[in-house]
Amino acid sequence: MFTWIHRFGSAPNVYRLSGVLAPWFGVSAALCIIIGLYLGLVVAPPDYEQGESYRIIYIHVPAAWMSMFAYVVMAVSSAIFLIWRLKVADAVAAAVAPIGAAFTAVALITGSFWGKPMWGTWWVWDARLTSELLLLFLYLGYMALRGALAAPGESSAPSTTAARGAAILAVVGVINIPIIHFSVEWWNTLHQPSTITRFDKPAMHISMLRPLLLMALGAQLLFFHNLTVRLRTGLLQRESRARWVRELAIAQSNTPPGDNTPGASSTVVPEKPEPSA
Amino acid sequence: MNALTEFLAMGGYAFYVWASYAAAFVLIGGIVLWSRYELNAARQRIFVRARRTERSR
Repeated sequence: MFTWIHRFGSAPNVYRLSGVLAPWFGVSAALCIIIGLYLGLVVAPPDYEQGESYRIIYIHVPAAWMSMFAYVVMAVSSAIFLIWRLKVADAVAAAVAPIGAAFTAVALITGSFWGKPMWGTWWVWDARLTSELLLLFLYLGYMALRGALAAPGESSAPSTTAARGAAILAVVGVINIPIIHFSVEWWNTLHQPSTITRFDKPAMHISMLRPLLLMALGAQLLFFHNLTVRLRTGLLQRESRARWVRELAIAQSNTPPGDNTPGASSTVVPEKPEPSA
Repeated sequence: MNALTEFLAMGGYAFYVWASYAAAFVLIGGIVLWSRYELNAARQRIFVRARRTERSR
């Protein structure tokens, strides 16, 4: 089992697989987002209480969901790295951090833009908002820690101390995820409770719910598109002196000019690469 | 024309709605483009070095 994980999770395999998946994730994300935006901004009726301002949720809610999902991916990858020392898992965690930070920032900014007309204020130190802000600081802290503990002059190849320190922070910080999720139930907050729960009927009409789910799916696919692209960058930088990278470079120089798509290079990774994990 | 103006006005919430969408597109779009740029730059840099190393062997 562990041999299989190490072989499948080796850098050349993950690089090749990411190259195949990235364009598919990108195209599907674009389709979902375009249709979701059309349905959400044009087709869905205005809310009887909030009027047109509720349309901010089509950005805010998927971003908030992704901010938490990304952190869970980062924490799980970090735990895998700490337990099994799988270098690819550390590369995944490092690739996720900026994407998660961007989604968290979007959730906070769009929440503020919704809060001003609805609550009359840009910001309140409410449990949900504060814990989401803490999540942004966790992402920034994770990236700063990696940068601060990186080997001098080698920003591309993180030192073991940097990778381990950041992984511990990511694992410890995961405690904030249930706090964000349940904050609206545990404390008396200004933020409304979840609109969609797993066991109850959604509080939204289907015409409003459909675009929300499409946008959420689009955000998820965009996350995976971005993750695969960033992961490829991270793996190339870490393994820049590995034999599979040299072979890939030689094979690339033999491909016709202009064939520079992410998937194009992936097809030339050697069948039996050096074990690197 | 009226319908478009009405749509853009967002029932008086135009600033909040469009500013939210703009912020999201700048941040998320920015990170997508930045990631792609970084991958291309890394490939360019690392592959050139790798080819040079391979030729010198």
